[in-house]
Amino acid sequence: MTAPTIIKIVDVWKTYKMGDVEVHALRGMNFEVKDGEFVAIMGPSGSGKSTAVNMIGALDIPTKGKIYLDRKDISKLSESSLAQIRGRRIGFIFQQFNLIPTLTAKENIMLPMVFQGTPAKKRIARAEKLLKMVDLGDRMDHRPTEMSGGQQQRVAIARSLANDPEVVLADEPTGNLDSKTGNMVMDFLKKLHKEEGKTIIMVTHDANLSKQAQRIDYLRDGIIIKSKKQR
Amino acid sequence: MKDYIKFAFDNLRHRKIRSWLTMIGIFIGIASVVALIGLGEGLRETINSQFGFLGTDILSVTASGGFGPPGTGVVDPLSDKELDAIKKIAGVEGAAGRIMESGKLVFNRKVGFGFAISLPDGEDRKVMEHLMNMEAQKGRLLEDSDSGAVFLGASFYESDELFGKPILPGNKIELNDEELKVIGILEKKGNFQLDGTVFMNEDDLRNLVGRPDDEYDIIAVQVGKNADIAKIQASIEKKLRKIRDVDEGEEDFSVETPASVLESVNSVLLGIQIFVYIIAGISLLVGGIGIMNTMYTAVVERTKEVGIMKSIGAKNSTIFILFFIESGFLGTVGGMIGATLGYIIATGLAFVGKLVLGSDLISASISPTLIIGSLLFSFILGSFFGTLPAIRAAKLNPVDALRYSK
Ligand SMILES: Nc1ncnc2c1ncn2[C@@H]1O[C@H](COP(=O)(O)OP(=O)(O)O)[C@@H](O)[C@H]1O
Ligand SMILES: [Mg+2]
Repeated sequence: MTAPTIIKIVDVWKTYKMGDVEVHALRGMNFEVKDGEFVAIMGPSGSGKSTAVNMIGALDIPTKGKIYLDRKDISKLSESSLAQIRGRRIGFIFQQFNLIPTLTAKENIMLPMVFQGTPAKKRIARAEKLLKMVDLGDRMDHRPTEMSGGQQQRVAIARSLANDPEVVLADEPTGNLDSKTGNMVMDFLKKLHKEEGKTIIMVTHDANLSKQAQRIDYLRDGIIIKSKKQR
Repeated sequence: MKDYIKFAFDNLRHRKIRSWLTMIGIFIGIASVVALIGLGEGLRETINSQFGFLGTDILSVTASGGFGPPGTGVVDPLSDKELDAIKKIAGVEGAAGRIMESGKLVFNRKVGFGFAISLPDGEDRKVMEHLMNMEAQKGRLLEDSDSGAVFLGASFYESDELFGKPILPGNKIELNDEELKVIGILEKKGNFQLDGTVFMNEDDLRNLVGRPDDEYDIIAVQVGKNADIAKIQASIEKKLRKIRDVDEGEEDFSVETPASVLESVNSVLLGIQIFVYIIAGISLLVGGIGIMNTMYTAVVERTKEVGIMKSIGAKNSTIFILFFIESGFLGTVGGMIGATLGYIIATGLAFVGKLVLGSDLISASISPTLIIGSLLFSFILGSFFGTLPAIRAAKLNPVDALRYSK
């Protein structure tokens, strides 16, 4: 019983032009994720991990190649269609937490719903529910600067779930955290996977964390060089 | 949309000092527009009401040496010669000569200022009363047989600020130390000059101030209903040039219609207003550029924030709206403060003017149109100058924006 493929990257190239210099961040990458899978991507710095994740998350489009989300090619969509995918079907978690500093925890979680036009009542209820889920029920009205890194990252996790996306992308989510808080954040991600059935793609440097994923793919110089199934 | 407005507002609040500084240009511009247009309109209204009581079928002739006002001696005053000549001109229905003097007025042991003007006898009195639409609200109008009597403008009766209590018919007042009896009070004309005037029979006033018998400060001319007023004006000018032996262009008198006076006053006012518009325009332009600058800075500062918002589903159009509203807000709030400030300045100046001049000549007329117009304008200004920065923000590439670090 194999689950359907939710993400498929076919021969994707991404070239950045820095003046006269061309940087090939991805060089014909192939990659596939099944619905409900928890995949870790590992690889040295500069190997193209963030580029790949951004591409999956419709933040960017490839220079060449195709990206399928649920069998739909998203590699050549318009700006507003990409924005819609980011808003409804993808949840992002970043290394730097990337919360809006002027908004409270609750407002940060409501923002993706504002962009989708969710009514205020529903927004507030969902934001509160998500904050409780990441054990921050007592930090609703705190701003990012009033919270620890671990707490901020939990707000970010809650925010990524705001519009109930199918896929959660986490780009080095524990990179700015000590190992103890990192483990705690990891536990929440696993919970998302197990209890909410989300597809999770996590970039990490930490072998201890990647071990907890169902599969580890190794990226080097813009291509997947190795894929390792676990358990 | 409501959420975006709140978001924009929050962002401005977080940058309080800069927001205020940015708005200075706007509110100076709007304040000067509102204050000066308000005062200009007020002045125009006052002047119109001052002249408006005179019909359009009237001309006034004054002697003007060009070197000083009537009564200073420099001027060769008007006389019966001119008066009789004017009466004979075709189209002229009637003409009356008058003298004007100011002096010390005492009532209730308080000393004040009295501006006296004469009323002619006989038929000419009727002409004057008709021209000025004179009716008594208390007592009666002056008659030829009255002597040692005055007829007062409405202010003397209606306002007790002047002499501590209202002056009533039957009271005695002193004008230049001469005791005179009050016969009646004129209906309120809403014209500060008329309402503050002391009317006297011509002989009484001449005796009081010692003016020779055939000397006039002003000749009021009534023209026929369908007469060509400009043509009559020209005829009078021609006749007077001959009598007074002056060349065209060197007249020592002037013949004016209320309309021509109004016109010249209004054209001066218009000139002033255009000047104000230019100053205000420059200040608003500077204000607008200030907004643009602030918004560009805001876009740069919030590059990362834009990236974050895009990563959680904001479209380019959403980002545009956020920044657009924010700059529109800057403009509107600046405009609101400016309009309030302008209102305060205008009414304040009008109040000071009233204290200093003792009259309503300087008044402020700030219409709702002016306020609403200036608010609308400042919103449009703010959004106009915020458009380019908002477009820049909207077009930021999400990946680059996310990588951006301050
Ligand atoms: N927006 C960009 N402009 C130019 N070069 C970029 C950009 N993003 C990434 N790169 C380059 O592409 C390569 C891959 O970067 P990245 O995907 O961030 O790697 P990783 O996340 O694995 O560290 C690097 O050499 C990086 O410098
Ligand atoms: Mg990276």
